[in-house]
Amino acid sequence: MPFIPHTEDDIQEMLAVIGVDSIDTLFDEIPDELRCDELKAIPAGMPEMEVSRLMQARAREDGQPLCFLGAGAYDHHIPAAVWQLTTRGEFYTAYTPYQAEASQGTLQLLYEYQSMMTALTGMDVSNASLYDGASALAEAVLMAVRANRKSKSGRILMPRTLHPLYRRVAHSIVRNQGIELVEVGYDGKTGKIDTSALEQYAGEDFAALVIPQPNFFGVLENVDELTEWAHANGMLAIAIVNPLAMSILKPAGEWGEDGADICCGEGQPMGAPLASGGPYFGFLCCREKLVRQMPGRIIGKTVDLDGKPGYALTLQAREQHIRRSKATSNICTNQGLMVTAATIHMAIMGGEGLQHMAAACHGNTEKLSQALCSLPQVESVFEGPVFHERVLKLPLSAKDALKALAAHNVLGGFDLSDDYPELDSAILVCATELRGEEDIEQYRSKLERVIAAQVQTPCQLKPDW
Amino acid sequence: MSDTPKELRYAKSHEWLRDEGDGTATIGISEHAQELLGDLVFVDLPEVGAKVEAGSDCAVVESVKAASDVYSPVTGEVIEVNESLDDAPETINENAFGNGWMFKVKLDDAGELDSLLDADAYDALVAEEGY
Amino acid sequence: MIYEHSRTGRRATAQTNPEMAELSDIPDALLRKRPAGLPEVSEMQAVRHYTRLSQKNFSIDTHFYPLGSCTMKYNPRACNSLASLPGFLSRHPLAPDTHSQGFMACMYDLQETLKHVTGMHDVSLSPAAGAQGEFAGVAMIRAYHEARGDTARSEILVPDAAHGTNPASAVMCGYKAREIPTGRDGDIDLDALKQALGPQTAGIMLTNPSTVGVFERRIKEIAGLVHEAGGLLYYDGANLNAILGKVRPGDMGFDVIHMNLHKTFSTPHGGGGPGAGPVGVSQRLAPYLPVPMVDYDGTDYVWLTEKERPESIGRLSAFAGNAGVLLRAYVYARLLGREGMRRVAEFSSLNANYLLKRLMEVGFDAAYPERRASHEFILTLKKQAKELGVNTMDFAKRMLDYGVHAPTTYFPLLVPECLLVEPTETEAKEDLDSFVEIMRTIKQEAETQPDLVKQAPHTMPVRRLDDVRAARELDLAWKGDS
Repeated sequence: MPFIPHTEDDIQEMLAVIGVDSIDTLFDEIPDELRCDELKAIPAGMPEMEVSRLMQARAREDGQPLCFLGAGAYDHHIPAAVWQLTTRGEFYTAYTPYQAEASQGTLQLLYEYQSMMTALTGMDVSNASLYDGASALAEAVLMAVRANRKSKSGRILMPRTLHPLYRRVAHSIVRNQGIELVEVGYDGKTGKIDTSALEQYAGEDFAALVIPQPNFFGVLENVDELTEWAHANGMLAIAIVNPLAMSILKPAGEWGEDGADICCGEGQPMGAPLASGGPYFGFLCCREKLVRQMPGRIIGKTVDLDGKPGYALTLQAREQHIRRSKATSNICTNQGLMVTAATIHMAIMGGEGLQHMAAACHGNTEKLSQALCSLPQVESVFEGPVFHERVLKLPLSAKDALKALAAHNVLGGFDLSDDYPELDSAILVCATELRGEEDIEQYRSKLERVIAAQVQTPCQLKPDW
Repeated sequence: MSDTPKELRYAKSHEWLRDEGDGTATIGISEHAQELLGDLVFVDLPEVGAKVEAGSDCAVVESVKAASDVYSPVTGEVIEVNESLDDAPETINENAFGNGWMFKVKLDDAGELDSLLDADAYDALVAEEGY
Repeated sequence: MIYEHSRTGRRATAQTNPEMAELSDIPDALLRKRPAGLPEVSEMQAVRHYTRLSQKNFSIDTHFYPLGSCTMKYNPRACNSLASLPGFLSRHPLAPDTHSQGFMACMYDLQETLKHVTGMHDVSLSPAAGAQGEFAGVAMIRAYHEARGDTARSEILVPDAAHGTNPASAVMCGYKAREIPTGRDGDIDLDALKQALGPQTAGIMLTNPSTVGVFERRIKEIAGLVHEAGGLLYYDGANLNAILGKVRPGDMGFDVIHMNLHKTFSTPHGGGGPGAGPVGVSQRLAPYLPVPMVDYDGTDYVWLTEKERPESIGRLSAFAGNAGVLLRAYVYARLLGREGMRRVAEFSSLNANYLLKRLMEVGFDAAYPERRASHEFILTLKKQAKELGVNTMDFAKRMLDYGVHAPTTYFPLLVPECLLVEPTETEAKEDLDSFVEIMRTIKQEAETQPDLVKQAPHTMPVRRLDDVRAARELDLAWKGDS
């Protein structure tokens, strides 16, 4: 019996103590007509050896293509120590630190995490994590609506330069509370939020403006101006940032005169493998004065009976297990294990180490972009500075190009044609620090072949009508 | 012998109210309520100028293990809040009927006060609730 | 504190490129002026620090952990290692289907298994945790009523003993939560339910077995009443472990359920997540399931997204939920198989009923002594608190000294001085017996030297912490040596 230690003798002794003659009798309060049959449709159990064989075959099936896809999930180096420590049973198989005295390991680690995230983002406080970047954005929106007491509209300005999947998630999560996400377009030349489109809303009642840095196109927004504009118009500024980018870019807490009010994002670049999209973790930081509007667990440092420092869950009255229907969110479990990995990752890398990593990604993406743009009719779409991602226009449909590249075992980037049809045949590419010059050359040569095979070379002779 | 001040009026939801005699009233939570909640760590006060209705929640008192809504016993406009509670919520634990007051309301209808409990009736209510 | 090992200029040099690449194309105004204030430590210092921190935790791997409602059972190591195979770990979430068939096959199989074991018509794996599953479930109830133009329904009913997530989820979906009292026998107060039902009822959220640790016997009748009123039934899968393979929520009449895979399917709790909260629905709610889902077209596995499922309540995470957790649950499901799943319910119930009987023998009071325990049960220490002045919290803290993680305390709130005990099926009889001995000892201590218990714990890295100070003088991040 997998994972059940009972011997036949144990079972008989236990039944005797309970005073029943069979295990089945323990279910005698359940009406007979509700009991189910053997569930033949579910496969029979298999020993570990066989399950292992099955899983290895399936994992192999997916291959390990050369990845130039980013779009919210990035293939970074993770120090070996990170997951060896994270999967120690004491971290891996503990639960939410309700008994603080027996959970000081997890609690102190979470406090260290909060400290590192505030250092990285320049904000005052951080919670202990949310599910992922997209749901963290949704929670930031809800938080802004609660926190901006002057605003009564429940409306949020949401630029189209924000990840399309994040916008969809935010919509799914907030729409039932009557919150409206109003989209703001982008400047076709620069790929930044279109400030003239934004200006139309000046003076109107919005709870917050969402400011991505970098934005979905990799383009760097004018965060100072945007933050100022939001504040001047009575809105909170919600920053949504890549934490690796924060290691080199101006932290959200320093944007504009007063800094962003809330800063959220996807924590995956800090120690989480790609792993098909999860588990990752969402982070959420804010100004101290907004802390009681924050969702999720928060750890505080305090002292014990002897005055010795220790750590405990705090501000729990915000949470569902106490505040029930009036809680700031329904979130209970967060992504503790991913935060464990992130904390160890940040400790090992350090601020400077992360800068080297970020700069290497950025440099590699620029090399990739140059290499690909050396091909006929491949060009960079937006002018101006980016961070480690770039939109490129191809001389053939993005779908066809990416499909052909995949057949060569290269994941060439993200197809923008569904979400941004106006960009025509554009893709979003990324080369992290793991993609060396050979990898880039491989992509270039494969794309060259794909283009040659699929694009009819335009006739050199111009008809003279 | 009860320490419940005779000069105050009480709501069933454990708030007290002092009629200031000039069309305004001062409101807080009872000694009994603060005892049930334990050490307070935060008080969320209404905004000055806010309209409150009798029986509507307009403030929150928070301890480590609980958070409780405070209901306005009367209808009117908030004219002042006890800002010192922001930094010292424990004032309510120390002196619920005095320095621990929470907010003042300009009454829409002074007649509403008659529907509130007096000290004896409030004591009886507390006894009945079995504390 | 890791920062205490920090020295300016120290680095884990093996982890980074020695040279910093150019950033000259980024304007100065957009750059940060100095590196973020993260610790500057060597790799070994970090390894030693976090190893030592880990040793300050109780965990399933090191301690008995009978935390009621959380199902802290053994997390098989195979689940971790097989979910961490390179093909799975390196798969980009947006990889094309051609490079995803192995992963998608696992997801499809898991959907099918969960469908069958819960008796639901369809399953979506995407919610990232139980609470997100609840949100998805209630959002689907709302979508269903709205699609029928039945928009006057404004209330979700929840028992007073429900997890706090239930009312919080209802509110996040734009509903009011209305509480229904629990009867003296632990079942729902049917008369109160009948009173509460009406044209404003959108649905009811129930846990069965309930949070008081007993099976709701009149569930069919409840389902009939709620459906008659036009409402739908939501099953909170928190206690699915108790009935896995024995009774199915779908057969009880539930329209929508969420499962906590970190409980029933033994994925790790990770110090507070990640979890996974797949949702299952009856046929009439199927169109509203959150995306993405996986389908099989006879030759290939394909994703179902907003495009294929336009009536979906949408997407709850950017990609496909907590994929790695789902893979672990899948491995667990394959190891167990159908007969192993049934044994989960059988042996978790055997352990709970045995432990309850033994604890009653040594003088503890059950909250519902006349009822059969499910996979967990409630003790009430009202007597000890009153007579000895030693309360549930004191007992819980003293257990830590004896190397046992305390059961859930003070939940559900309607039972005074309660301990919610869930031993799970993976504990051996001798471990349960030793827990009984610990409880007997603490009870004796409470009688003879109550201060010893009231001051506990004595052997942990810290003694009881000042929660009031933590909340009044907020210290939420390290600010340097001051």
